Amino acid sequence: MITRALKTVGSKMLALAQSAGKAAMLVRSSVVWLARSPLEGRQTMLQMVRIGVESFMVTAMTSFFTGMVLALQTGASSKRLLNEPLFIGTVVAFSMVKELGPVMSALVVSGRAGAAIAAELGTMCVTEQIDALYTLGTDPVRYLVIPRVLAFLAVLPVLAIFSDYSGVLGGCLVAKLKLGIPTSVYWHDVFDYLENKQFFHGLIKTYAFALCISYISCYKGLTTTGGAEGVGKSTTSAVVMSMTAVLVVDYFVTAILVAIGIT
Amino acid sequence: MIRAAGVMKSFGARRVLRGLDIGVNEGETLVIIGGSGCGKSTFLKCVIGLLRPDGGSIEVDGVDVSKVQDEVQIAEYRRKFGYCFQEGALFDSMTIFENVSFGLRYLTDIPVSRHRGIARDKLALVGLKDIEDMKPAQLSGGMKKRVALARAIAAEPRCILYDEPTTGLDPIMSDIISELILDLKKKLKVTAIAVTHDMKSAYKIGDRIAMLHEGRMIEVADPQALKSTKNPYVRQFIEGHREGPIRMKLREYGEE
Ligand SMILES: Nc1ncnc2c1ncn2[C@@H]1O[C@H](COP(=O)(O)OP(=O)(O)O)[C@@H](O)[C@H]1O
Ligand SMILES: [Mg+2]
Repeated sequence: MITRALKTVGSKMLALAQSAGKAAMLVRSSVVWLARSPLEGRQTMLQMVRIGVESFMVTAMTSFFTGMVLALQTGASSKRLLNEPLFIGTVVAFSMVKELGPVMSALVVSGRAGAAIAAELGTMCVTEQIDALYTLGTDPVRYLVIPRVLAFLAVLPVLAIFSDYSGVLGGCLVAKLKLGIPTSVYWHDVFDYLENKQFFHGLIKTYAFALCISYISCYKGLTTTGGAEGVGKSTTSAVVMSMTAVLVVDYFVTAILVAIGIT
Repeated sequence: MIRAAGVMKSFGARRVLRGLDIGVNEGETLVIIGGSGCGKSTFLKCVIGLLRPDGGSIEVDGVDVSKVQDEVQIAEYRRKFGYCFQEGALFDSMTIFENVSFGLRYLTDIPVSRHRGIARDKLALVGLKDIEDMKPAQLSGGMKKRVALARAIAAEPRCILYDEPTTGLDPIMSDIISELILDLKKKLKVTAIAVTHDMKSAYKIGDRIAMLHEGRMIEVADPQALKSTKNPYVRQFIEGHREGPIRMKLREYGEE
């Protein structure tokens, strides 16, 4: 009984270590191909547009409401503690810029673009289109992975900045209509305390997230086996893994940034 | 030009190729016949370096692909080949024109302005026209197959691997494709390996015919000699009988 359980756990761990190793190989070979062959400019542009367009509205919406709820919660708490809603703009702006903007946009992008990539590459894999790429003189890493990774690196920061803005705007709306804070006070709260450092704090995170999501989705797609069912499985697991990775990596990147004083 | 010796390939516990030996000479067309699932496609994929054999060697122009580790070098090695996939493997996000001209971008220095003309010529060769701007999903199975063939020959490779090029085509079209394969051989002196179940086409295009059974080549002969072979396995296969040694072997296989 116990040995069987141990065996199962053991083989699961081995499989995990193995796929981590293979994913690392994917990162390595993308560096090799990036150095040795010209960039697929058109593909990269196409992917940027796709990721951006697909995720823009959802990111803006979710962030707007996140900003609204942040303002409402902060307002209620600070009213209870201090008898009046203070520093609402500051709290909303700090939370959005340092944490929620990057994380919200990364989660949205995992669910939309990450899933789309895993499904597309997965389908190509089970229908031998990936093999066809090899036989026609290119390579899936060069033709598919690198453009997607670069597109994520280019687009996710932009989405995060939009997300910051719409969150702060959402907070402004609630501050004015529900908490009775004048707009000018709100914006003073925002800009009196916000520095470039916080902005970079958020921005650096988005690059880490972009790398995680793009590599996980591409890896899951390219290792798909087992027909249509396999495509479904790898899509789901790409989304779950990217979202988990975003939240886990978020902690560690934050810890590093705090340690080196970019807070 | 191609020398395969002792090629082994397993998928998990399933031993597909078990010491396969075969050679293909420059300018020759070798036809491989054999039952479904006996590893014909697997062998072709080993030749072009899509799969790595577990043992043995496959030498092409003196380079043993099973030993090449570097992915950029394998990519270089593959440039000699054209590969026509069994299921077509057309890129379904691209138009037919983009599919056919895809290899031209990576395998040749032909300027982009000439790609459309070349794609149209190659499509005409396989009996298709005015479909350049359609997507693969809009074509019938047989048309996809022919587009795949056009794509494989577009960059005029020195060696072409055909995986069941005539399966799923009507008899007339499959004769046209057989003629096309013969034509390519005569005009461009291409070396070719063709996997097929279509015996009529096999006799027509093959300089030699090899039968793959249980992971080995059990017979290699020219078409005339094959027709009068003594080997009971080959006889059963080419004549298409239900009863015979292969069926019994299949049953044994299930018990393995
Ligand atoms: N990627 C793979 N993973 C596991 N088994 C495979 C794979 N590719 C082929 N096989 C198995 O190898 C055998 C030979 O396949 P294949 O070469 O496609 O046969 P065919 O001669 O019909 O072309 C089949 O039994 C198939 O199940
Ligand atoms: Mg096959």
